Amino acid sequence: MTPVFQPGDAVRVLKGSPPGHIRTPFYVRGCEGIVERFVGKYQNPEEMAFGRFDAPIVPLYRIRFKQQDVWPDYRGNPQDTIEVEIYEFWLEPTNL
Amino acid sequence: MKRDFTSRNHHDMGGLEAGQIKPVEHDYELWEKNVDAMMVLLTSKSPKLMSVDQLRKGIESLPPDAYEKMSYYERWIFSITQALQYNDVLTTKELSRKLAEVQTRYETIIT
Amino acid sequence: MKRSHTHENFTMDSVPSTYYQFLEISVRELLIEKGLLSAEEIRKTVKEMDSRGPERGAQVVARAWVDLNYKQLLLQNASYAVKELGIDIGPLQLMVVENTPKVHNLIVCTLCSCYPRSLLGLPPDWYKSREYRSRAVREPRAVLREFGTNLPAEMEVRVHDSTADLRYLVLPLRPEGTQHLTEDELAALVKRDSMIGITTVEFY
Repeated sequence: MTPVFQPGDAVRVLKGSPPGHIRTPFYVRGCEGIVERFVGKYQNPEEMAFGRFDAPIVPLYRIRFKQQDVWPDYRGNPQDTIEVEIYEFWLEPTNL
Repeated sequence: MKRDFTSRNHHDMGGLEAGQIKPVEHDYELWEKNVDAMMVLLTSKSPKLMSVDQLRKGIESLPPDAYEKMSYYERWIFSITQALQYNDVLTTKELSRKLAEVQTRYETIIT
Repeated sequence: MKRSHTHENFTMDSVPSTYYQFLEISVRELLIEKGLLSAEEIRKTVKEMDSRGPERGAQVVARAWVDLNYKQLLLQNASYAVKELGIDIGPLQLMVVENTPKVHNLIVCTLCSCYPRSLLGLPPDWYKSREYRSRAVREPRAVLREFGTNLPAEMEVRVHDSTADLRYLVLPLRPEGTQHLTEDELAALVKRDSMIGITTVEFY
C-alpha cells in the first residue's frame, strides 16, 4: 500500500475525540500543517491496544505545524514550529 | 451556535496549563527496574505476551485522581497486570493465590 | 510460622511495603513459574538497563562533531549510524535533530514518556511530569528559561512531540573554543539534558 501524502503536502488533522487508544494529541486535531516526511508503515496502535496483534499496517508521517497555527495565543517567534508523528488515517488534504 | 462535544482524556495533556517544572529525578528502585525489565521482555517475545500499546491504553484508562496519585511504575504494573489477564497469560485466580502467598511470606518475615 | 529465605531479591532493604510492590513480585514469580520468563533474563535485562546512560548519546554527539561524514549519516539514517558505535535501537527508529545557530530543538512526549533509552538510559522524572508534558509544546521558551536556557528571540524553536515509533536525540551545537579537545573530552562535555534539548552544551 503506497503512502498517500508526499513531503511538502498541505494537510489537516481530523477533528473529533473518539474513545480508545489514540496517538493523535488533542491539541493538533483540526490543525493545518505540512508533511515533513513519510516515516514508515506500522501496525495501527489503536487496534494493537485492544490485543489485536494482527492489526493492519498503516502509514505514518511527521507533520510540521507553525506554533501560531496551533495556539491562538502563542507568544514566541512566528517561525517557531512543532512536529508531530501522525498516522495517515488521521489526515486529509487541505484542498478538500 | 455550534456545539462542541469533543473531550480530551486525562493523559492527553499537551497544551494544558501547569505549574513550574520541578527538576526532580530519583534513582530507580529494584522493583521499578523489574517492572521495566518485564515490560521489555513481555513485548519482545515471539509471540509477544503483550504490546506497548496495551500498556499505554491501560494507563490511560486510569481515572484522573488515580493517575495523579500513583507513581510512574505503579501505573505500569497496574497496566501490565490488566493486559496479561486480558491476553490470557495469567488468570485472576492465579494472581489472587499468588498475591496472598507473597503477602503471607513477607508478613512472617517482618513479624 | 515458616520463615523463607529462598526468594530472589530479598534483603531487608527491599521488603515490599505497597500493594504495587507485592503485585510486581506476584506477576514476576507467576511468569517465571509458568516458564514464560526466567529470573536470569530479568536480571540480565535490569543489568543492561543499568549499563545504559547518557554517555552513549554523548559518544554519538562527539563523533558527529569531529567527523562530518558521520554527522551526515547520522542525520540521514540515525538508527544505522549509531550501530557503528555498538548501539542497537531495536524495533524503533531513531531520528537525530540538529541544533544550529538558527534552530533549537526540544523533545517531549506529551502522551506518555517516549524517550531514546538506548542512548540516554531511563528518562528523568521531570520529563514524565505533567508540568513538562503540558507546557513544553505550548510555551517551549518559558520551559527552556526555567532550565536556564535563554535563546535569542530570532532563533526558531522547534518542538518534537514523540507520539509514535520514532525516538529523538538532539545533536547540540558544539561550543566555541573546543577545537583542541579530543573526541573523549568532547563527549565529557555533553550532558543528558542537552540531548533532550532543554539545555545547551557549555565550555568555559
